[in-house]
This record gives sequence, structure tokens and C-alpha cells, in this order.
Amino acid sequence: MATAKVRRVIPGTPLFDGDAARKGYALNKMCYSFNSADNRAEFTRDEAAYCRKYGLDPQQLAAVEKRNVLDLIAAGGNAYYLAKFAGIFGLDMQDIGAQQTGMSKEAFKARLIEAGK
Amino acid sequence: MAKIVGGIVTSHVPAIGRAIAGGLQQEAYWKPFFDGFAPVQQWLAEVKPDVAVVIYNDHGLNFFLDKMPTFAVGAAPQYSNADEGWGIPTLPAFPGDQDLSWHLIEELVAKEFDLTTCQEMLVDHAFTLPMKLLWPNAGEAWPVRTVPVCINTVQHPLPSARRCFKLGQAIGEAVASWDSDARVVVIGTGGLSHQLDGERAGFINKSFDLEFMDSLVNDPAWATRYSVEELIELTGTQGIELLMWVAARAALGGVDQVRKLHANYHIPISNTAAGLMLFENKD
Repeated sequence: MATAKVRRVIPGTPLFDGDAARKGYALNKMCYSFNSADNRAEFTRDEAAYCRKYGLDPQQLAAVEKRNVLDLIAAGGNAYYLAKFAGIFGLDMQDIGAQQTGMSKEAFKARLIEAGK
Repeated sequence: MAKIVGGIVTSHVPAIGRAIAGGLQQEAYWKPFFDGFAPVQQWLAEVKPDVAVVIYNDHGLNFFLDKMPTFAVGAAPQYSNADEGWGIPTLPAFPGDQDLSWHLIEELVAKEFDLTTCQEMLVDHAFTLPMKLLWPNAGEAWPVRTVPVCINTVQHPLPSARRCFKLGQAIGEAVASWDSDARVVVIGTGGLSHQLDGERAGFINKSFDLEFMDSLVNDPAWATRYSVEELIELTGTQGIELLMWVAARAALGGVDQVRKLHANYHIPISNTAAGLMLFENKD
């Protein structure tokens, strides 16, 4: 099903294209629903039931369960929608960055500051 | 005819909303960012534009993957903000300018931009926070009417920098042909270099950002030499939001028509290199 145009490969840099959009539709649709506080609460109350409602596939279910951002991306997740998922757990962009790079949050934040020097 | 009085380009991140809601503008982390806006606020208070055309990218508040327009233009009487998933307090609704919306739509489609038009449109932090940064004391009554122009940076293929430059030029020409005495400011929000996703998360490219900012003064079409993928390699997956800057700057006209009045650049706000520039159109 790789129908999207082949793009330049940039190491460590996912491009959310047609293939990812097809693969990740259910996951991203669930994350989009988290714009609503009621939906966030419903997810928190019964996570399994909420994921079932959106028809997540096994790879997406496992990634959600692990709260693992790289796995969520591999399962078709888009950064902008995943940010809404992360918000449920009170994770900010430095938590997300630290998790994906295998750094501590403090080290990740220090690297950002270093980039400004 | 209407007149473009100038343009402002700035970064946007949700954390700015949290900082505003928490009154953190003068804390050490945020001060270098917020203080950069004072000269722009002063300029706006002097110039008093009537309308703002705001070129921004939606992050999954108004548009989902079920319908993903490349270019969307608002044509609503007003634009509301809403919860984007983090429960940050929302800002008051923004008045639209439907006359300019439909004039833009007519002119842009005539120039072969195949738009999506929106008579209902929620605007997210990329629209609302720059407005609050520019008019921090507006309260419930924004001093300008607005027309949102949204460019897709969510799902590839994205429009090229060259295409966004042309869109900006067409917006500038459309405003200049609008039968109105309105004074219009063009705002572009996004970037600069940052990357939220992947093992390269946290990527920032200061030297490219500074070169890009310089190019908007001396050679506004400079970034159009790069493909979208090249720009992402240089600026990060979300650094591509610099397309909004390219379009907004193109709307103002050529090098001779514009003078730069102010610029600020600070790393980091959240994971982002924050840029700000103010351009004034010469009479």
C-alpha cells in the first residue's frame, strides 16, 4: 500500500504522508477527539473501551498502552494529534522529546538551550 | 483602494498560551521572548490597522484528516478559539471581515489558487496567540477585523515554498485591488526551526533561521529555492511552518517597497526557536 511518492529520507525525521495518513487514521481520529475535555475524561475512565470505539489496530493499541511516542508514530500517529494524547498524561513537549531521544528531560532541555548559543 | 500598511511574522507554540494564562511573561525563561513584542505593539498602536490577514497553520482544531485543504480562507462573521486538548483558557472570538474574505476568494481563485472556503472556522493557537501577543490589552474587543488563511503543514504533500510565495503575492495584489479604505496588516505565524517528532526531536538550526530572517529583508524569494523536504532537513519537521513567513512576506511586495523596523530571535520557547519580524510598507 505504499502509494505515496517516495520522499527524501531524513534520519530520525518522520514525514506524515499518505501512507502514514492511511495507516494512522483511526489512531489520529481518536487523538483528534481529545480536543474535548469530556472525551479526555471518557478515555481516562475506560481506556480499552475508548480505543475499541475508534477501532485501533493491535499495533496502535500496543503503542497507546506503552505511551511510547516512537511506537505511536510508527503506527501512523501524527505529531499534532499525538500532542493531544500526550496532554492527557500531563506530558509537555520536553517530556515527549526526551522520551524519543532517550535523554533525560533535563538533558533534553539543556540541549535546547545549547542550540541558542 | 485598501492599503497594506505592513507585516508581522512570528512563531507560535501552545506553551505561550499557558505562559500568558499564568502571567509568566516576565519570568526569566519567557522574558526574552515576550519583551521582543513591545516595539511591535507600539507600532500597531500608532498605525492602527483596520484588518489583519492572518496566515497560519491549523494543528488539528478546525481540520482533521477527513478533509485536509492545502489552502483554506475564512469567510465567517467571527472566529472562535476552542480547547485544543490541553484545557488552556481560550481567547475571546475574533471579528471577521467578510467583505475582504470574499474579495480575497474571488481574486485568488481567479489566479488559479483552488481554495477551500470556510463560513465556520475555529482558530487554534497559531492564530490566537500571535493576536494576543500583538494586542495584549485587547480584552474582549479585538481592535482589528480578521481574515484567516490556513496552509496545510499537517499531511504531506505540502505546498512548496514557491507556491506559498505566489499565494502571498496574490494576497497582496488582492488587498491592493479591494475597493475599501481599510488599512491592512498581514500576519504570518509559524516556525522557526523546531522538530517535535522522531529521534531527531529537539532539532534547531540557528544559523539557517538567521539567514532566513535576513533573506526576508534582502531577498524574500530566497527560501523558494528549497523543496519542502530540504526545508524540513534544514529546519525540522515543524520548522516547515516557515512557509507562513514566506507567504506573509511575499504579500508585502518587493525589497524596495518594505522596510524592516524590528526583529527578535530567541531560543528556546518550548522546543522551538522563536523569531519575530516587523515590516512597514513605504508610502
